[in-house]
Amino acid sequence: MSLPIEIEDLNVFYGDFRAVDGVSMTIAPNSVTALIGPSGCGKSTFLRTLNRMHEVIPGAYAEGTVKIDGQNIYGPGVDPVNVRRRVGMVFQKPNPFPTMSIAENVLAGVKLNNKRVSRAEADQIVEVSLRGANLWEEVKNRLNKPGGGLSGGQQQRLCIARTIAVKPEVVLMDEPASALDPISTLAIEDLIGELKKDYTIVIVTHNMQQAARVSDKTGFFNIAGTGTPGKLIEYDDTNTIFNSPANKQTEDYVSGRFG
Amino acid sequence: MSSSAVIKDQDLVRGRAAQQSPRPKGPRSAAAREERRLPWYHALVTAGIALALSVVILAGVQALVGLLPEDQQVNLVGRDFSPFSLASVLVFGYVLHLAVAYVYSRLREGRRWAMDRVVTLVVTGAFVIAMIPLVSLLAEVVARGLPRLLTPGFLTGTMQGFTGGADGGGILHAIVGTVLITLGASIISIPIGLFTAVFLVEYSKTGVKRMLGRGVTFLVDVMTGIPSIVAGLFALALFITITNDPGIRSGLMGSVALSLLMIPTVVRSSEEMIRLVPHDLREAALALGVPRWIVTVRVVLRTAIAGLTTSVTLAVARVIGETAPLMFTIGGLTLLNANLFEGRMAALPLVINGQYAAGAAPCSGDTVINYFTRAEYACNTGINLERAWATALTLIILVMVLNVVARLVSYYFAPKTGR
Repeated sequence: MSLPIEIEDLNVFYGDFRAVDGVSMTIAPNSVTALIGPSGCGKSTFLRTLNRMHEVIPGAYAEGTVKIDGQNIYGPGVDPVNVRRRVGMVFQKPNPFPTMSIAENVLAGVKLNNKRVSRAEADQIVEVSLRGANLWEEVKNRLNKPGGGLSGGQQQRLCIARTIAVKPEVVLMDEPASALDPISTLAIEDLIGELKKDYTIVIVTHNMQQAARVSDKTGFFNIAGTGTPGKLIEYDDTNTIFNSPANKQTEDYVSGRFG
Repeated sequence: MSSSAVIKDQDLVRGRAAQQSPRPKGPRSAAAREERRLPWYHALVTAGIALALSVVILAGVQALVGLLPEDQQVNLVGRDFSPFSLASVLVFGYVLHLAVAYVYSRLREGRRWAMDRVVTLVVTGAFVIAMIPLVSLLAEVVARGLPRLLTPGFLTGTMQGFTGGADGGGILHAIVGTVLITLGASIISIPIGLFTAVFLVEYSKTGVKRMLGRGVTFLVDVMTGIPSIVAGLFALALFITITNDPGIRSGLMGSVALSLLMIPTVVRSSEEMIRLVPHDLREAALALGVPRWIVTVRVVLRTAIAGLTTSVTLAVARVIGETAPLMFTIGGLTLLNANLFEGRMAALPLVINGQYAAGAAPCSGDTVINYFTRAEYACNTGINLERAWATALTLIILVMVLNVVARLVSYYFAPKTGR
């Protein structure tokens, strides 16, 4: 069962620079939420704060609360490692581990955490995850071949399989289709629609048609200018955002009049 | 190759010519003739011309020098100098070839290809010059060292009891010493070097750690420049301070001295290798909820292992032939001591040094008796030099074996991309 995410007054900093300013939103379980906005407006940064991946970047820190199932992931004593096990992430560029086979890539999250699984369990996880990522039929005969030998679109689905193999509650996607061709993009978008049944999905995208196609709700981020913090301008049903936005900036952006 | 591929290649080579003369057959335009590439064996023709010219010119010079009166010859070129020899013909021929190939190609192929030929020749020449010392060194060491190396007992015996020109003796003690001391140095340096490199790349990102990282990098660079004999002195001073015994010698002291030279090499090259691992892979693993240290060990180091093996091998190869730091740390010994922690030891570089320094052996009789085994050996005045060359060959072989092992490790652990 997926859980709602409640974000209250979240600020993100890179050293002295305030990158994201005062974001509050509630993300419903088993929904797809798209984040759109111009480059540098902080949407990827914001996405990373949902599983504390921003802490990987030197000097980055966040203030505010992000509650997943009522528990603040920024509360005292919360281990970011545990947060990341519950909130998975798919990146812009497909990044399978080059030293591992396809099956080992899917099992990476399990194996690297030193969990002991029997061979039958492992096979089960591999098949279920790959089926979940719509990749099983294409790779079932070469599970022991290197993951780097797949096409870009297949690699990205392999990364999604790897993410869902650790059974997270939320899946974050940072422009998952921007490095892919239209057919692979379609495959990923179809997959997002299916994953919604089991997971809460937050996706950052530059492609507004994609946001309109896959998401239930859309958040629009914008900055006043270079060097100013990004803000959440409007957050509503996808239909509303694209057809009758309340804010003038949103309307300019979605209608292509922006900048 | 299919016929269409051939045509395509020719078109590519001709470039502009192919565009300017669309008719495949018929008289060539001037532009087309200007830009054609002749087959490779034309290089042999130009080389032949250049060599012939070189022979003629140098033989001419030789003859002219011969015509001069005796006293002026000395003034002109020196008594032992002969302008006409195989080496001088080849070197002069190569220089002439640059000019001959350019002119030949300029006339028959055009300006662009002429320049291409000359640059190709210069690059090839540089490669050959770089190879000459290597090949001649290897050939010399093999020719001089191989007979003694293959003598029974050379690799399995020690120098115990051998004096004068006794035609026998072995270097097992030195092989064991070198292997053990280098192994000791590796055991000290590889963990320290690798951990330092991991710290520099993965952990010294912000604040105090960043300052510390800068400092460590600076000190490592300084360490790279330490003369090896100073490393030996340091190890000696360190052990004398600890044990208060000014005459102390042990294999471990040698290992410590060598590790001082190894650590900076390991750190710098491993750091580069670890930096090459894409940041994406770290993020991918972290996003799966894997703790940082496991990401470092099982993703970063695992991905970089091929490069790390190479860097470690290079570091080992650098120290395995070091002589100076071993002189006053392990002391040298003529018999086998396989205990790294106590007493003097032998090492291959020290044997080379010692045997070569001993020079020609005195032979008062036909035979020499080994005072330890009481066995009788023929007397051979050149024995010391033979041993020195054979030991040098052994050292080279040891380093080569190490390199092959490292290559194999890299090959089997390198990231796979095949389908």
